[in-house]
Amino acid sequence: MLRYLLRRILVIPFLLLGVASVAFLLSQITKGDPLSALIPERMMSNEAVVEAIKTQWGLDRSLPERYVIYMTRLVQGDLGTSFTTRRPVLTDIAERLPATLELVIAAMIFGCSSGFGLGMIAARFKNTAADISARSFALLGSSLPIFWSGLILLYIFSVKLGWVPGTGRLDARSIAPETVTGFFTIDAILAGNMPALLEALGHLVLPAFVLGWSVTGIITRLIRSSMLDALNQDYVRTARAKGAPEHIVLLRHAFRNALIPTLTIMGFTFAYLITGAVLTEAIFSWPGIGSYAVSAARSLDYPAIVGVTLVGAVAFLLANLLTDVAYAFANPRIKIAG
Amino acid sequence: MDATASPSPLLDIRDLHASFRGPKGYSEAVRGVDLTLEAGKVLGIVGESGSGKSVTMMALLQLLPATSRITGSARFKGRELIGMPHEDIRRIRGKQIGVVFQDPLTAFNPVITIGEQIAEAIELHDSSISHRAALSEAEHLLDMVAIPQPGSRIRQYAHEFSGGMRQRAMIAMAIANRPALLIADEPTTALDVTVQAQILDLMQELRETLGIGLVLITHDLGVVAGSADEIAVMYGGRIVERGTADDLFRERRHPYTRGLLDAIPKMVDMPESLTPIEGTPPSIWARPTGCSFHPRCRFATERCRHEDPMLRMVGATYSACHHAEDLPAIAGPASAASQTREFTETGL
Amino acid sequence: MSVTEQLSNTNPAERSSARGPWPGLRLPKRLAWVRKLPATAVIGSIVILFWLICAMTVTWWGLPDPLAMVARRLQAPSLAHWLGTDALGRDVLARTLHGAASSIPIAVGVVAVSVFIGSTLGALAGYFGGWIDGLVMRSADITLSFPPILLAMTIAAALGPGLTNASIAMVVVWWPIYARLMRAQVLEVREREHVEAAVAGGAGRLRVLIVHIMPLCWTPTLVNATMDFGQVVLLAASLSFIGLGAVPPSPEWGAMISEGATKFYNWWIAFGPGMAILTVVVSCSFIGDGLRDVFDSRES
Repeated sequence: MLRYLLRRILVIPFLLLGVASVAFLLSQITKGDPLSALIPERMMSNEAVVEAIKTQWGLDRSLPERYVIYMTRLVQGDLGTSFTTRRPVLTDIAERLPATLELVIAAMIFGCSSGFGLGMIAARFKNTAADISARSFALLGSSLPIFWSGLILLYIFSVKLGWVPGTGRLDARSIAPETVTGFFTIDAILAGNMPALLEALGHLVLPAFVLGWSVTGIITRLIRSSMLDALNQDYVRTARAKGAPEHIVLLRHAFRNALIPTLTIMGFTFAYLITGAVLTEAIFSWPGIGSYAVSAARSLDYPAIVGVTLVGAVAFLLANLLTDVAYAFANPRIKIAG
Repeated sequence: MDATASPSPLLDIRDLHASFRGPKGYSEAVRGVDLTLEAGKVLGIVGESGSGKSVTMMALLQLLPATSRITGSARFKGRELIGMPHEDIRRIRGKQIGVVFQDPLTAFNPVITIGEQIAEAIELHDSSISHRAALSEAEHLLDMVAIPQPGSRIRQYAHEFSGGMRQRAMIAMAIANRPALLIADEPTTALDVTVQAQILDLMQELRETLGIGLVLITHDLGVVAGSADEIAVMYGGRIVERGTADDLFRERRHPYTRGLLDAIPKMVDMPESLTPIEGTPPSIWARPTGCSFHPRCRFATERCRHEDPMLRMVGATYSACHHAEDLPAIAGPASAASQTREFTETGL
Repeated sequence: MSVTEQLSNTNPAERSSARGPWPGLRLPKRLAWVRKLPATAVIGSIVILFWLICAMTVTWWGLPDPLAMVARRLQAPSLAHWLGTDALGRDVLARTLHGAASSIPIAVGVVAVSVFIGSTLGALAGYFGGWIDGLVMRSADITLSFPPILLAMTIAAALGPGLTNASIAMVVVWWPIYARLMRAQVLEVREREHVEAAVAGGAGRLRVLIVHIMPLCWTPTLVNATMDFGQVVLLAASLSFIGLGAVPPSPEWGAMISEGATKFYNWWIAFGPGMAILTVVVSCSFIGDGLRDVFDSRES
């Protein structure tokens, strides 16, 4: 197992370097002028600022030197200053990260549990109405443009039916519970503040559902096909021959095997979620890094958008690494043989 | 049912039929099979793939696909298995009837340790036992089947065992609850010849110690030669010859049986080439008319093409061949067969 | 195979009925594989065909001008305007159908270019190995380390708004997948005997690659490309939604939904384009699945 993991881990620094280099390249091509990537239009006429930035980022030096300076600043956590908020991008991102994490985790919980459940039902009751409904639900999840389904569901459930509150993480005039983690739900629990918890959950429900629905799509299909494969295997027949009731055959024998290929796509699922989060946050006015990216893109706030992309890539690499670790533990062949 | 009152057989199968649904409707894989097995004895069922030998046994435990249809009677310890409610069959599976499957690598779950799987076999039928006790019983079972270092072995996975050891573990799992009947479906097919003998010996040993009735399903007559009390040869979903091992090998009153025996390599009397049985076994969807063996039979006559022979007593064995009486005269003496038998008994 | 095995075997061909939904249809031998397509794939193909035709010919359909104000603003769907009118009084249905003329060709272009670049690089990497392989694969790995939408957003932002720039961004995001696919196939096919034979016969390396190896490598790429077509439409719409793709007043689907988001209570504005995207994505999924079934059953 160690050998397997080591191979995976050793690639990461290289990939990080590559990712950062790409970010550097992007900053060089922006509107053909690297300066545009660092200074907003309106400040271009301010000589003092322009000079300061030029020295700071080494814009008067050669390309390799610029690269080194860029990398050094990056390692120190300097992603540049946002044109719109005028604060360091890293600060902006750090502030908004918990909101996105809360949303993504909630979506993951919903998506995975519904995906596992529907996938197993679809496999068990193959080719019946239950199977077809499960797969249709999954298909819609993967095919609906999130920014559209979000709108429609918001319209139906918030405006027309009033079952859920509107956009944002909390009602308009509410104050957030005392910040411990930045997760409103957890903070509310820690503060013993039930009304706040309910309010936070209410606002979380719809965006988490919309975002998680795309995950349900992927996982349902995969679990269904892996379960069908597993149910065809000899060890299922052995389990039945031992006298195992059907639910044990399904859960203990088939599912544990079906889980393995599913784990391998978890990393990919995370990428899906990041994509979805960007758009979901835009629709639901969720103050996370997704909506930050969207507003940055709209206002052509280059440091911000490159910063978010970098952070996203790092998160993605981490997610893939975690997936590999989980897979190594789950698959006995890797666990033992390495 | 009191076994001492009248010695009713452990397993009594009468007129078993099993059919499967195919593209053109139902087709029979097992067409009227009668078999009995006494407690503590060994029954060998021999046949090529497609003969229906596995299906017959799997039908007993309702381990066939849901679309299959089974009729007839199969009494186990006096209880009728065909049509038994699912919950009752489940209680018999693994507890009163154990199964050893052909390929232990795929028959074991690759992601659960061997120890856990054996413990599961015990726990499924004993809700009061603690998990730790079940695991220690699993260890004890591995010891019983002569697997060294059982304590560490129970924590290993199937792919970490060698082929022979895996099959031993499978046997251990099958006898975990001391069943009265053990069905072994091609237990040695996936193994090397040297290991085959060990496994067969193991099963015999366990049978004697635990008094289990054993049904040995195989395509290899050599496997049952030394072990079986009674042998049934199946072809095309039917039993074509049945008798005690001695009688069968001596009389060979069916062309298929002869074919099987002729196809075994004889070390003692080296011919220039082996004589395989020409042709291939029929699929259940496209069975020949009349006697299903006739296309491959040297002795087939017009009658064989139209009339399916019944199983009847001929000499010391039961045979389903129109020409059973005449066979020894046409085909030659039985000495080659007894030579084979000697070899297979001592040589393996 | 024993009977029990025969019967518990669930091979992919079982997913669609072995004879397909058209037992009576007579087809020339070359097209015999069409029979094996499940009904969903056929429906999907019809829908995509509709959109393709729409994209190419919609201007001649006699619809109201998608860019001009033709009625009162913000009217709910009615017999006169089946999908109502938007904030500038334009007919939503007309705009939706015209939107195909923006979205579909872009998707075709992006997929085609990505497949071309990706497959070429992947084939070269797989066949020649060495530093080419290293370079191509490392680049692919790095590109794939980015969450696709963020990377596309960044490139599109850096290049400036507009559908062309957005297309370039999408190609950069998409090529690595095809590079990997083609490389994997080439690695497998180049071990086959007929390749050895060709090399032994004196064929030049490039010739072996192009003539003997690549023709056998298309299946996974084809399946993937059909599914990706829908995904590209989706990504393009997402970029336009954010404001990085199509420029108003172009009737691109994503941009229309963005507009619909602001006019939230007038649900019909977003409805048309949303449904359009949905039908395209679902149809592509069905076609991709169907193709995969056909290829799987051919190989088994």
